[in-house]
Amino acid sequence: MATVEIRNVRKAFGPVQVLHGVNVDIADGEFVVLVGPSGCGKSTLLRMLAGLENITSGEIAIGPRVVNNVPPKDRDIAMVFQNYALYPHMTVFDNMAFSMKLAKAPKEVMEQEVGRAAKILGLEALLQRYPRQLSGGQRQRVAMGRAIVRNPQVFLFDEPLSNLDAKLRVQMRAEIKELHQRLRVTTVYVTHDQIEAMTMADKIVVMNGGHVEQVGPPLELYDRPANLFVAGFIGSPAMNLVKGGPGEGGFQAEGGAVLPLPQSARGEASIYGIRPEHIQLREDGIPATVVLVEPTGSETQVVARIGETPLTCAFRERVTARPGETIRIMPEMGLVHLFESGSGRRLAA
Amino acid sequence: MSATTAPAWTKPQQQANWLVRLFDWKPFLAFACLLPAAGLLLVFLTYPLGLGIWLAFTDTTIGRSGYWVGIENFQYLLEDPLWWNAVFYSVFYTGIATIGKFALGLWLALLLNNHLPFKSLLRAIILLPWIVPTVLSAIAFWWIYDPQFSIISFLLVDKLGILDNYIDFLGSAWPARFSLIAANIWRGIPFVAISLLAGLQTISPSLYEAALLDGSTGWQRFRYITFPMLMPILAIVMTFSIIFTFTDFQLVYAITRGGPVNSTHLLATLAFQRGIPGGQLGEGAAIAVSMIPFLVFATLFSYFGLARRKWQQGEGND
Ligand SMILES: Nc1ncnc2c1ncn2[C@@H]1O[C@H](COP(=O)(O)OP(=O)(O)O)[C@@H](O)[C@H]1O
Ligand SMILES: [Mg+2]
Repeated sequence: MATVEIRNVRKAFGPVQVLHGVNVDIADGEFVVLVGPSGCGKSTLLRMLAGLENITSGEIAIGPRVVNNVPPKDRDIAMVFQNYALYPHMTVFDNMAFSMKLAKAPKEVMEQEVGRAAKILGLEALLQRYPRQLSGGQRQRVAMGRAIVRNPQVFLFDEPLSNLDAKLRVQMRAEIKELHQRLRVTTVYVTHDQIEAMTMADKIVVMNGGHVEQVGPPLELYDRPANLFVAGFIGSPAMNLVKGGPGEGGFQAEGGAVLPLPQSARGEASIYGIRPEHIQLREDGIPATVVLVEPTGSETQVVARIGETPLTCAFRERVTARPGETIRIMPEMGLVHLFESGSGRRLAA
Repeated sequence: MSATTAPAWTKPQQQANWLVRLFDWKPFLAFACLLPAAGLLLVFLTYPLGLGIWLAFTDTTIGRSGYWVGIENFQYLLEDPLWWNAVFYSVFYTGIATIGKFALGLWLALLLNNHLPFKSLLRAIILLPWIVPTVLSAIAFWWIYDPQFSIISFLLVDKLGILDNYIDFLGSAWPARFSLIAANIWRGIPFVAISLLAGLQTISPSLYEAALLDGSTGWQRFRYITFPMLMPILAIVMTFSIIFTFTDFQLVYAITRGGPVNSTHLLATLAFQRGIPGGQLGEGAAIAVSMIPFLVFATLFSYFGLARRKWQQGEGND
């Protein structure tokens, strides 16, 4: 196990700058998730950690050692690829034992180590199969087994669940999390799925366009998003972001709505953020016209318009209103987020 | 659910006429679809092959239709040192040329699979020896191997001074044999290199990355990933290459005509020599037919070598 430090790392493919100075500190044994939209440079950063891409400038240290010029095989990391990259012509056993075979380990050691990993992942019965004969979830597990067998300092995962169906994804998510709790190996996990990030991470790094937008524990990102991008990216359904400015009796939205503003709110606030789950149905609320009702069972998502301003709401109670009808809603005052429109920065509230 | 039932409605049965039903009948359909292909094969493949085999069992000469003589032609061949010579040289030629083609072709393919400047231009150049008509390249080799005007001799003797005398490439048996093999290798490399390159490009780069992280050296990546994953295509290409090389005719006939003193006859050139200029159609056909066992062997090799490896088979989870 080891710490990982990424210091002011930049990456350019020819003339194209992909990463613009990334700084991340990862503590020993931490589970860090890099999350961001497709194309923001997550995989590139992970591959630089693995040594599969060279580092244009900046430094990456694993443990006390700067690894910029250390070849991948000497970095003591193991990676699970998005497409799993299992060797198709080798059995599950051989796939998992490959690194030991290369190192000319004795057969007993290989059997013991593979057996241990197979037991952790429940792969004992599949060791003689070929990858083609496995389901997606099983392949995923073999790919993890191949990483576990290595006993690495750091695990790297590149969108390992994106090829699985929704149900399996939830299950594997739990399994990976549990695995981490058991092995306590420093892990860097890349995903574009913010729910995966929220549920698995000790610490989330939100990336966008080659920049780090915010680093912090999941609930901190949820409670205090540092800027508009993080506010919109974390949380599902996404936060309502309403343009406007402070005015008579609250926040004057461009669409005409007047929303309640906390006392402490400062004058320059020009974007008003409220999460759907922080809007309540209240007798004394603001009248809003229902546009869309989507019951999911545990909650009901409603899109309603105050004036011309649409707001997505998620109510725990069942809502019987139909489109066109009026409901009365009220944002929870203490949970309102305010942002500057130009920089998108959060206003301390 | 509601208790009311929908009124019963079934799709009216279409009363098809006999032609439609005939075409829906699988055996007939298979027969009808196979007919054109089978016809073509029969006319252009089976007939000449059948005729050749028939001739091999007769004493036909040019201008005289022969009589059935059974296996007499073959018995005669077994005692014919020229035939044995040709068998030996055909096997030798095929063996050495195949090894050469695959060693160099694989090397070239691996080279071209890297990121090189002018990659597509290089690939086009590689194909050149294959595009040039055989007879044309044979003439070029004839020139290269000429005892007096050979460019190789010129370079080695006059320019570099490594040798004292001009090489007589085609004047005696062994140099002639190896010269032909060299020409065949030169001609065969593009086919091998390009086919193997296509095979190499189907190997996912992430496998190499995974192997890199697993701690492999370059040689280990070749040995444990490239080579086994290339095996299926290698087997196909090799089978074809062996068949083409074993049945080669043009190159040898154009450069040496089997000489000097019949030392470079392949079975194909010997068959032609006996049958057409020699006039002994029956005997020539017998020599040609004697190639069949070798070709069958090569095909069987491919059949078992190619038999889909277990790891390629999908489906069947058990
Ligand atoms: N080998 C490469 N050459 C050029 N551009 C690349 C290369 N790899 C990635 N990129 C570019 O870098 C950006 C980030 O890619 P990537 O790290 O794969 O994003 P993601 O966050 O989706 O994993 C993308 O715009 C992509 O087009
Ligand atoms: Mg990616």
